Amino acid sequence: MDKFDVIIIGGGIVGCLTARTLSRYKLSVLLIEKEADLGTGASSANSAIIHAGYDPLPGTLKAELNVRGNAMWDVLSGELGFDYNRSGDYVVAVGPQELLSLEKLLDQGRRNGVPGMHIISGEEMRSREPAINPQVSGALWAPTGGFCDPFMATISAAENAVQNQVKVLLGTQFLGFVIENNQILGIHTNRGDFACRWVVNAAGLFADEVMHQAGVRPEFHITPRRGEYAVLDRADIQVNNVLFPVPSEKGKGILVTATTHGNTILGPNSVPASGKEDTAITSEGLAEIWEGAGKLFPGLRPTFTIAMFAGLRATGNASSPNRSIYYDHDFIVEIPDSPRGLVNLGGIESPGLTSAPAIAQRVVELMVSEGEKLQLKPDWNPIRPPRPHFRKLPLEEQKKLIDADPRYGRVVCRCEMVTEGEIIAEIHAPIPAVTYDAIKRRTWLGTGRCLGSFDMPRVVDILARELGVPVEQITKRGPGSEFLFRPTKEMEAQHVEG
Amino acid sequence: MLKDKYDVIVIGAGPGGLAAAIAAKRQGAEDVLIIERDQELGGILQQCIHNGFGLEVFKQDLPGPAYAQRYINEALSVGVETLLDTMVLDITPRRRIFASGARSGFVDLKARAIVLSMGCRERTRAQIRIPGMRPAGIFTAGTAQRWVNVEGFMPGKQFVVLGSGDIGMIMARRLTLEGARVEGVLEVMPFLTGLTRNYVQCLMDFDIPLHLSHTIKRVIGKNRVEAVEAVQVDEKWTPIPGTEVVMPCDTLLLSVGLIPENELSRKAGVQIDPITGGPFVDDRFETNVPGIFAAGNVVHVYDLVDWVSEAGRQAGVSAARFASIERRKEDTHVPIKPGENVRYVVPQTIDRESLAEGNVRLQLRVRQPIESSVWVEVRNNGNLVTRKGELYARPGEIITLEIPMKAYDEVQLADELTIAIVKR
Amino acid sequence: MKEQVKILCITCPKGCSLEVTRDGETIVEVKSGCKRGHEYAERELTDPRRMVASTVRVKHGPHPLLPVYTAAPFPKGKINLLMQALREIEVTPPITMGMVVVENALDSGIDILASRDMKRIG
Repeated sequence: MDKFDVIIIGGGIVGCLTARTLSRYKLSVLLIEKEADLGTGASSANSAIIHAGYDPLPGTLKAELNVRGNAMWDVLSGELGFDYNRSGDYVVAVGPQELLSLEKLLDQGRRNGVPGMHIISGEEMRSREPAINPQVSGALWAPTGGFCDPFMATISAAENAVQNQVKVLLGTQFLGFVIENNQILGIHTNRGDFACRWVVNAAGLFADEVMHQAGVRPEFHITPRRGEYAVLDRADIQVNNVLFPVPSEKGKGILVTATTHGNTILGPNSVPASGKEDTAITSEGLAEIWEGAGKLFPGLRPTFTIAMFAGLRATGNASSPNRSIYYDHDFIVEIPDSPRGLVNLGGIESPGLTSAPAIAQRVVELMVSEGEKLQLKPDWNPIRPPRPHFRKLPLEEQKKLIDADPRYGRVVCRCEMVTEGEIIAEIHAPIPAVTYDAIKRRTWLGTGRCLGSFDMPRVVDILARELGVPVEQITKRGPGSEFLFRPTKEMEAQHVEG
Repeated sequence: MLKDKYDVIVIGAGPGGLAAAIAAKRQGAEDVLIIERDQELGGILQQCIHNGFGLEVFKQDLPGPAYAQRYINEALSVGVETLLDTMVLDITPRRRIFASGARSGFVDLKARAIVLSMGCRERTRAQIRIPGMRPAGIFTAGTAQRWVNVEGFMPGKQFVVLGSGDIGMIMARRLTLEGARVEGVLEVMPFLTGLTRNYVQCLMDFDIPLHLSHTIKRVIGKNRVEAVEAVQVDEKWTPIPGTEVVMPCDTLLLSVGLIPENELSRKAGVQIDPITGGPFVDDRFETNVPGIFAAGNVVHVYDLVDWVSEAGRQAGVSAARFASIERRKEDTHVPIKPGENVRYVVPQTIDRESLAEGNVRLQLRVRQPIESSVWVEVRNNGNLVTRKGELYARPGEIITLEIPMKAYDEVQLADELTIAIVKR
Repeated sequence: MKEQVKILCITCPKGCSLEVTRDGETIVEVKSGCKRGHEYAERELTDPRRMVASTVRVKHGPHPLLPVYTAAPFPKGKINLLMQALREIEVTPPITMGMVVVENALDSGIDILASRDMKRIG
């Protein structure tokens, strides 16, 4: 049986950043992920916003880790080589009544330790975002907010971990713990058993099920809440900033934000999901998104849509560890007394993405406080070399890239100008992209106006060739999502009538 | 070997582009190049293997590839050059083209005239906002057609088609002939949007039901399509509650409209008509950018390919005429480029014949002050044509220099003149 | 015994609805817009035929399939058998447009022709 110091269950942003953070130390680390790629849960279905931190209730773990995590994204994006824009974010008041809410958020933000916030005038907001509702009366500006590429943040963290000797197993599902004398000794998976001294539960939507297998917090439950989003064509609208409406009891509301890919996205709503698989877009959800977004940008039209997606929030019911406040959806970041050897993370919903680097750091702190002696690796390399995006390069650089490797000359996705060279690079990357969606998340192909109509047959072909498998085995998102059934000229045995 | 500059460059080797290139050649354009992103000429016709093409142009009922083959043969026989497996990345309003291909490398070309014939793309699931998850098995009819007819694979076993346009009906037949089941065709309008003859030959012949005034309420399935929920709609396209029917299938084929493909056109500064989705063109198929022409589905979606070829032909003729005027201008005019220390010079080109009648006066400004004696020199590829001494050169003061009549012969042969300011 | 049938004409894009009165095998009357429609109705009710386009497997070509088509309208009742026959053959380049790929398919008197040229690759 393979033996590790630490096994991390779950390859989302939290699991991957935890793996990367642990890779600094002389520990053998395994990260397991049940899907065919990393980050396929909430990590790839969110607004990509790095929140400033004025929204969470003061005193909660969410507030603390949000603000702490926020400060870490510049260094992180620089070291790991993914896109990040500390653009600042805005809560926009429409009409005079809503200005009061801005004051309240400003106060809350200050209590949370959010630096640099200002309330700006409606006029100033309009000069920064010309297409915004002319009825805007003012905005809370938080300069430390921003947005990132959450797909590449997750993948690059994992790649850097692998660079630093972490092992990653995809398609590997946690089935149960091996516990003896109240001490975790290992885990069972669908790919066999692994021995370890520590398990980090970073299983997102399934974190409750994982911890229950250890008898931890039987009263804790994750009730998934679905958030739906629409992505808009950059030829129809280009928003410059991250813009929130004034929040209501329902939550942050329908936001409108720029993305690192140059799109504008709207969303999310927040509705109870019918289960942990329910990532469907609904007509009611779309109606909600359009109504909400129309408050900030009355000129938006549903015909601007070029893509839609939905994610599930891992909303938990844990009371805040801060007993002096009443809040029952806080993060769980803890080491339970029993059984020993578990770092337990649960209920990581928004601001989960922002907090992820701080959560990873907290995992290390908790392990140390439990007596784990961590030694730094002298040869730890924090830098993950980024791979080129053809579309973003100036002409001179594009020319050099093609001269060095002609496959960068063959454009496969016309709308987003993604080349065969980039696709091949992702297939053979330290975390291999072996499904269509995996390549899509990394290169952004298939997300443009034709939504893959042109590139799909070509990508399927390239995947089959590079992986050395028949095209019928190429999938969109793992087993069960194959594109092709059989050659055109091979019929299943059938009675043919004259 | 690719040339630096072509008389006419055609983008896209479908029926529009091929016809344009042939016509340009026949009109007298010397150097005509087609740039095509696919591995072969023919465009979308290579996957449209059904009959119905050429009824007007050839008075024959041909399958798509045969129609294309006729044009391909003619293009090659009249000497049209081709660049395959190459995607145009950018076009400037001054008609410079940047392209790239795995075998062609990075390509940088100039064109005296350009014909845009990139065709169109298909409307997607997201653009009509069908609810549901995002399983494998939702394809546009064209993508499925490419797989079935060219790549040689079936993308499903049990299909539902959304849209009663010709592409959807033709694919319904195609899939059935190759052993798949097509459960039905749904059409949101209360009438058939494609041709009746296709309804007979593609749906009736195969007992494939057509459901008018129906649309899809949602797609069911997480990894692969498992079913679609069909629903009847009223005249305002509003779903009628209680009429939902779940249709089990593993593939949803979308045939819900074509959109002219104008990403490149926009880059070139071409104005797009928001109603057609294609460029504004005049009766010669010229866009608002001089020397850039457009023809075929890139301008608006046609019903008959024969008309696409006719439009292509006209655009090719116009492009060739424009190119020939450009050639004449290049022959009669020589450009003068600002060289060392010169910020600009006016005029930027001179008529070679002007020196037969008198001196030609140039006016220029220096970039930065030079407070010592300078020569202001006009050179043709290194050879001195004329020069003038000045005590200094300052950006605020225009320097004037005359090219003397005696430089007539030198200037006749020059491709380009450079004017520079150098310290003495 | 006379009966009335309605059929849709496919001769031209107009797609007229034709009213046909038949007596067993005999066409008694056709109400139609034009002569071609009349001819179509007679044929359709006695010997229905269709132009068929499909593909056949090709070895050493630029693609795994070669598009082909029937040289003339093919008997409707034999189309499924034709499709089966086309599944069983494989051709090799060089191929020219119009070349006969299957002669006198299923004894119909109709050839199956190549829709395009194909050069030999590899």
